[in-house]
Amino acid sequence: MTAPTMTLHTFVAYVEDQPGVLNRIASLFRRRNFNIVSLNVGRTHEPGISRMTVVIEADEDKARRIEANLYKLVNVLSVEDITEQPNIVRDIALIKVKAPPERRSEVLQLCQVFRARAVDVGPDTLVVEITGTQDKIMGLLTILEPFGVLEMVQSGTVAMTRGSVSSAAKAIAPDRPRIVA
Amino acid sequence: MAQPSTHPTPQGTPSKQTGMRTLTGAAIIWDVLERQGVEVVFGYPGGAIMPAYDKLPGSSIRHVLVRHEQGAAHMADGYARASGRVGVCVATSGPGATNLVTGIANAMMDSIPMVAITGQVPSTLIGSDAFQEVDFTGVTLPITKHNLLVTRVQDIMPAIKQAFYIASSGRPGPVVVDITKDAQNQTLDYEYDPSPVRLPGYRPERQPLAEELKEAVEMINEAKRPMIFCGHGVIEANATGLLLELVHKTDIPVALTLLGLGGFPAQHPRSLGMMGMHGEAWVNTAIQEADLIIALGMRFDDRVTGNLKTYAPNAKKIHVELDPAEINKNVKVDLPLLGDVRDILRQIVPHVGKPDCAPWIRHIEELKGDSAVRDIQDLPDSGQLFAAHVIFDLWRYTEGKALVVTDVGQHQMWEAQYYKHDHPRKLLTSGGAGTMGFALPAAMGARLACPKDEIWVIAGDGGFQMTACELATCSQENIKVNVAIINNGFLGMVRQWQQFFYGGRYVATPIKSPDYVMLAQAHGLKGICVKSRSEVKAAVEQARANPETTLIDFRVAQEDSVYPMVPAGADLDAMIRRPKPELKSAPHNPIFETGDDE
Repeated sequence: MTAPTMTLHTFVAYVEDQPGVLNRIASLFRRRNFNIVSLNVGRTHEPGISRMTVVIEADEDKARRIEANLYKLVNVLSVEDITEQPNIVRDIALIKVKAPPERRSEVLQLCQVFRARAVDVGPDTLVVEITGTQDKIMGLLTILEPFGVLEMVQSGTVAMTRGSVSSAAKAIAPDRPRIVA
Repeated sequence: MAQPSTHPTPQGTPSKQTGMRTLTGAAIIWDVLERQGVEVVFGYPGGAIMPAYDKLPGSSIRHVLVRHEQGAAHMADGYARASGRVGVCVATSGPGATNLVTGIANAMMDSIPMVAITGQVPSTLIGSDAFQEVDFTGVTLPITKHNLLVTRVQDIMPAIKQAFYIASSGRPGPVVVDITKDAQNQTLDYEYDPSPVRLPGYRPERQPLAEELKEAVEMINEAKRPMIFCGHGVIEANATGLLLELVHKTDIPVALTLLGLGGFPAQHPRSLGMMGMHGEAWVNTAIQEADLIIALGMRFDDRVTGNLKTYAPNAKKIHVELDPAEINKNVKVDLPLLGDVRDILRQIVPHVGKPDCAPWIRHIEELKGDSAVRDIQDLPDSGQLFAAHVIFDLWRYTEGKALVVTDVGQHQMWEAQYYKHDHPRKLLTSGGAGTMGFALPAAMGARLACPKDEIWVIAGDGGFQMTACELATCSQENIKVNVAIINNGFLGMVRQWQQFFYGGRYVATPIKSPDYVMLAQAHGLKGICVKSRSEVKAAVEQARANPETTLIDFRVAQEDSVYPMVPAGADLDAMIRRPKPELKSAPHNPIFETGDDE
């Protein structure tokens, strides 16, 4: 048997906004031994419905089983693996970097290259906000490292497919899960 | 409840009382249960469930007081397996609830529809580590199909309705409804809402595509060495008739999983018997040679497949399965057909022809000739009683018609090999979880589901002792079952593994039993001790004639093993076979010198 190729899969799931739902999903991943790379939950424009973006490292078979197992949870309204679809994937990060007055403009210039914004200025520090893919965030971090990164926080990944197809509609009238033989 | 006299209701029909009433949550619980068709619950009272118990007398539901909550869960499980309906158990919060856990996990592993109602500390105390507080929805999260915590009286009816719907639809499973004591005590202007449950995120029904069905038919028609696998799903979907039709049309031989036994008649000429770790040698060999496997409602458990890398290497696989999460989980399949086994067979059977597999069937017949599994029946009578003899005789004397409930271990495998089940729901056994102690309570549940059946518990001396306390329940509740204890003085299956794989070091496997005749008598029941094959028939007849639960202590050969055996993880056709020379008489074991022995 050849070793299966592990890639990052991004799932978008709509779930009922109820106590314990996040626990059910986290418990499922633990129970089935799926390791979460990133998990993000938040409310949507629909009352009572939350949206989750889960990034998991898995081969194709495992990805299909993750999808099917998520579907089995009663509070999960729809699941979609959007990895192969044209999509927008974003993380947000806040980075607190050492920036004494004499180096401040240098830091700000570098930030501009990454389209990052300064959101707070202290006597010796800057807090920089950056939005983008994981690669871009890591790129800025590498550049800022020599100045002295004091603190960093990053959200989980959020993702959405491009174009006019709404996956929210699928939460109301979902397809059956895909099965790859 | 104001008018209990309005409650005498025919079996399964909801009580007719309608209109708005002011009821406590406790009374609502029983009203909703009645309207789900519940006739009996198995339970044990305690602080947090006392309000509910206080309202039980106003209901038409029978309550069976168990001796340990694990027994309640297994009884509900046995009731469900025997009837196909939802079994219900009830327990209080904390230790009462956690004692259910083994039984709930057991039902989960075997996809059994069950609802467990538990009391919970008042909602104001949740999270405070109150007396007898356990986070039971937390504990049961990974071992239930779904669970619900109810903290308000108005949520009781919807929660119980949801629980029954989820437990019994799709791939069945256990559902826990944990109800706080204050929700039970609150009152509500209540009217039962008979409308169907709506759960937007729960869609248990599936349908394969027309082209997938067509492809399946083509694969079947073109096969040269096809096999059908009959799993538990065939029984759960009530598809046994359609399976029989499929076999009559195609002449394809059928192998069965442990939980599938009875899904296809054992005495049918195309029935091959059980597959897997203790499956018939010819079945496992045939699986490795087959060119098509049509797997119906089974999940390619590791006890069925052995080494996955070498499993059925020549076979294309069609997997008929309701649960998408089972597809490609263990065995990669060529054509998954997602849906109810019965629906799919109904669509396939009219279109299949008869594949040309006569040479294949002749070949399997030749393989059968090579098998050693039945040899024990042909062993010269050494004066020793073998478990296989007991089970084979039980099959003969009950004409194969008994409802048999087994425990877990060697006797369970011998039962599967020597008691031929021709009908579904006549063998109840703990397959996925392998829960020792299952047999007696599950049989008691089955008794209440099937009052007319002859019921036999077949249990080992180890497993029986785990839930033997339920004999007291048999006595108090007048529940009649026949109990055959296959007593070999060992935890036999573990001993067998120690013999095969651990250098014969019998660590912690010799086990002493009480005097079962006296144990039965202590409960006001009858006990019989059988030491030779000539006594089997009379003992079985006595048990059948006795209106009360009867125990038979069968003192069988102590160090016999189950053959053939595929060691865990080995190739399916790498079986350990019964050694050819007959077994020597077993060494004398001091454990048998106790009680009334000799």
